[in-house]
Amino acid sequence: MKRNPKELEITHRSLSRRALLLGGFQLVFAGGLAMRMHHLQVDQADQFRLLAEENRINIRLLAPARGEIFDRNGIALARNSPSYRIIIVPEDAGDVDKVIKDLSRLIEIDPKDLERAIAEMRRSPPFLPVTLADQINWQEISKVAVNAPALPGITPEVGLARIYPRRADFAHVVGYVGPVSDYDLDQITDPEPILRIPRFQIGKVGFEAKRESMLRGKAGAKRVEVNATGRVMRELDRRDGVAGADMQLTVDADLQGYVQARLGNESASAVVIDCENGDLRAISSAPSFDPNLFVRGISIADYRELTENTYRPLANKSVQGTYPPGSTFKMIVALAALEEGIIGTEETVWCPGYLEVAGRRFHCWKRGGHGNVDLNTSLKRSCDVYYYDLALKVGIDKITAMAQRMGLGIRHDLPMSAVAAGLTPTKEWKSRNRGEDWLIGDTANSSIGQGFMLASPMQLAVMTARLATGRSITPRLIKSIDGVEQPDGAGTSLGLNENNLRTVRKGMFSVSNDRRGTGYKSRIIEETMRMAGKSGTSQVRNITAAERAAGVIRNKDLPWERRDHALFVSFAPFDKPKFAIAVIVEHGGGGSTAAAPIVRDVMLQALYGGTPPLAAYPKKDRNRIKAQQERLERERPARLQDASDRA
Amino acid sequence: MSYLEYNAKTTPTGLRKILFLNWPLVLLLISVACIGFLMLYSVAGGSVSPWMEPQVKRFGMGLAVMFFIAMVPIWFWRNMAVVAYLSSIALLLAVEFFGTIGMGAQRWIDLGFMRLQPSELTKITLVMLLAAYYDWLPREQTSRPLWIAIPVVAIMVPTFMVLRQPDLGTAILLLAAGGGVMFLAGVHWAYFAAVIAAGVGLITAVFQGRGSSWQLLKDYQYRRIDTFLDPSTDPLGAGYHITQSKIALGSGGWSGRGFMQGTQSRLNFLPEKHTDFIFTTLAEEFGFVGAVSLLGIYMLIVVFCIAAALATKDRFSALVIMGVSLTFFLYFAVNMSMVMGLAPVVGVPLPMVSYGGSVMLVLLAAFGLVQSAHVHRPR
Repeated sequence: MKRNPKELEITHRSLSRRALLLGGFQLVFAGGLAMRMHHLQVDQADQFRLLAEENRINIRLLAPARGEIFDRNGIALARNSPSYRIIIVPEDAGDVDKVIKDLSRLIEIDPKDLERAIAEMRRSPPFLPVTLADQINWQEISKVAVNAPALPGITPEVGLARIYPRRADFAHVVGYVGPVSDYDLDQITDPEPILRIPRFQIGKVGFEAKRESMLRGKAGAKRVEVNATGRVMRELDRRDGVAGADMQLTVDADLQGYVQARLGNESASAVVIDCENGDLRAISSAPSFDPNLFVRGISIADYRELTENTYRPLANKSVQGTYPPGSTFKMIVALAALEEGIIGTEETVWCPGYLEVAGRRFHCWKRGGHGNVDLNTSLKRSCDVYYYDLALKVGIDKITAMAQRMGLGIRHDLPMSAVAAGLTPTKEWKSRNRGEDWLIGDTANSSIGQGFMLASPMQLAVMTARLATGRSITPRLIKSIDGVEQPDGAGTSLGLNENNLRTVRKGMFSVSNDRRGTGYKSRIIEETMRMAGKSGTSQVRNITAAERAAGVIRNKDLPWERRDHALFVSFAPFDKPKFAIAVIVEHGGGGSTAAAPIVRDVMLQALYGGTPPLAAYPKKDRNRIKAQQERLERERPARLQDASDRA
Repeated sequence: MSYLEYNAKTTPTGLRKILFLNWPLVLLLISVACIGFLMLYSVAGGSVSPWMEPQVKRFGMGLAVMFFIAMVPIWFWRNMAVVAYLSSIALLLAVEFFGTIGMGAQRWIDLGFMRLQPSELTKITLVMLLAAYYDWLPREQTSRPLWIAIPVVAIMVPTFMVLRQPDLGTAILLLAAGGGVMFLAGVHWAYFAAVIAAGVGLITAVFQGRGSSWQLLKDYQYRRIDTFLDPSTDPLGAGYHITQSKIALGSGGWSGRGFMQGTQSRLNFLPEKHTDFIFTTLAEEFGFVGAVSLLGIYMLIVVFCIAAALATKDRFSALVIMGVSLTFFLYFAVNMSMVMGLAPVVGVPLPMVSYGGSVMLVLLAAFGLVQSAHVHRPR
């Protein structure tokens, strides 16, 4: 096929033209691609570099070691103990089912844990470790370690777990930690990222919760490079965290242990305060519970047992419970009257067994009355009529002012949960809260620590210490933080007349040492350690006129929850006060019978710094006391062993 | 002007032909292949296996094929055009029935020693067929509707067959390369204008119809379009690849993070990092300078081909050279647009760089045709 050369020339020219056109278009397109490259790689380079770094760098938080808590002598109250767990890396294990079967032949795996672990393995990539068993003991972990070659992908891991070696003794003071809950996170605005570490624990109640920020420490962090599936390729750098502060408390673990044992199964509370510096030596609330149960998460059955117990083991009665102080309040009224110069020590009041106030009869606890009563006798024998009379002369305002001066009705700043302020009523308090006028009868009721008056055992101990010293003793719980001594609570003079104070103290001395005193039976006979005290029996029910006529029902014939509260406050030695103690036995009956013996025993234990000699007790008590000492020694629970002891 | 019309004696004979090869083009191809080897070594974490070593072998084989084809006179290849085209259609049919399924599509025929991808082969045989057709067709017939219908059918048949696999990338390349050859052959402007207008109209209709009673695509197809237009709407799903790809490119900066230092590729944030997305690794590790250099080499190859096409007076030769260079251009242009987020992810490899035997062999064979046309051009 021949073609016309001219024709060929035309087609060739047309093709060349279109080839150049297409080539031009290609060049323009390539230019566009180059511009796009410039836009991405030069103009936006910084932004994309940042995104690339975000892709590859993961920040992993390192949990800091929680600060430990010790008593005044360095005995551990809350420690971090090594806890072992077993983890599996499915990828290294290969046949996961077989490895788990082999492992369960060596140690017991909780089926619930196993179920959770298998579910977790299914969700996460195979190179991420999954916890198979937690809180493994030393023997079991050794078994696993020895058989490690036969268990591919299984590694024992050591972590730190909180333990409370003194178990129930400090449950209410130190409190406990627990895993962070969703509720906890909701409570905090902008929670620290560390709280989201799985298994991270924070203080839930008590000192652990109140000083959480200092105990927790600062989280460390490591930066790791991860690939697209999240596998860690290498560690880039690491910044270690700062461990939480170690805290030394003012409490004495051995004394507290004794007090807790002495209170036994009563629903009771005892507070021992140092009269020299306000150190709280013991703060007990009974019955108690083992805080170690809460650390891993308490079982529903155990928890129900605690909440359904009528003796309320979870409540911290020493600072959180408030009770009518009863006759232990009488010193306040006496002191207020003495300071006002309303009475002299010699003046007497006639007690016929009742006082008529505004047309209503206010009864003395002693039906027949006390006859002629002076101030010393009124305390010694706890005459109510004397104080009705006195209170009406002094007026409620002066009494309340004195009560607050002595540390009642005000909130003491202590790092414990739910520290109660108690209540010292005033006229405007009543009109504001009850919408009623203050009645003269209210003053009479207040004078014997009944009516609206409320105080916690800790407040009563503070009151006693202030009476004993005349100084504004304030309670102190933290002795030192990381070795730095904290300011003490010795306080300054309350500015009270020393003679008046001495008069009141003498009355308290008579309570415990005069043959007719209400606390005479529970006295100390060791001359250098003589005790001064005051009993209190506070009613929780009204006694009707009919009942009074027929004879007041005795406590032991009443159901437990309607019986009187038994109180006793005391300081010793009388000449040079060292400790002040307040004890309350809920619904325990009479203060002198139920509370005073406890106070005496605890006082001697505190003064001697251990088991006191029987010579300090009255002769006829010694056999009984000896038996009691031996029983308590036997019953003192063993200190909790931790994993480091085994290792 | 066909081979009968010029004196065959003016063309070199025997081994002397080697001297008349278009050597700059050969060297450019070798340098692109070497860049590819380097990147395959890098994405394997500094190892010749599993990708670089087989790729080098295939490149050697491909070079041999290229030289062999170059030695054979171009007029022989022109006579083979129809046979080659029909064979590749037959192979596509074979894929339909005997093909191996891989990566969600049915594309390969297992020949035992290698897995052949007939759709790649078709790109070249289609260009050959169209070039031979327009070489044969008298100029005045070129824009007649009847004579246009024939090449359109020739393009559409393989296009629909690869779409069935499904392989959208190859379908687009077949359409664009075929259309390009028709354009070069001198088909009237009006046809292209009509097709483009129709295309624009269709796209408008697709978008306008969304949500109405006559919407043209399925909802999930619309969502894919959305993802392409704004990958950030679906950062962990379909948009993940393109987002990560852009991060890799951008983090390369001006001069890159250094050979084997690209975190995006080394830590597997990049998808398909040894095949379709290999350009992102290059851009990440060698930066803007490296990326533009590769683009520059590619464009030089295109420019040398256009020069070769202009230099030959043989119509078939010129059309084949232009067709091959256009196909080559489409490969890297679509691939780069895709990884830079300018085009949807359709699965087109970066020519001579991405790991893959069929593309490498077919492209080198195609450049063999270019060389043959160059060596045997009328002088």
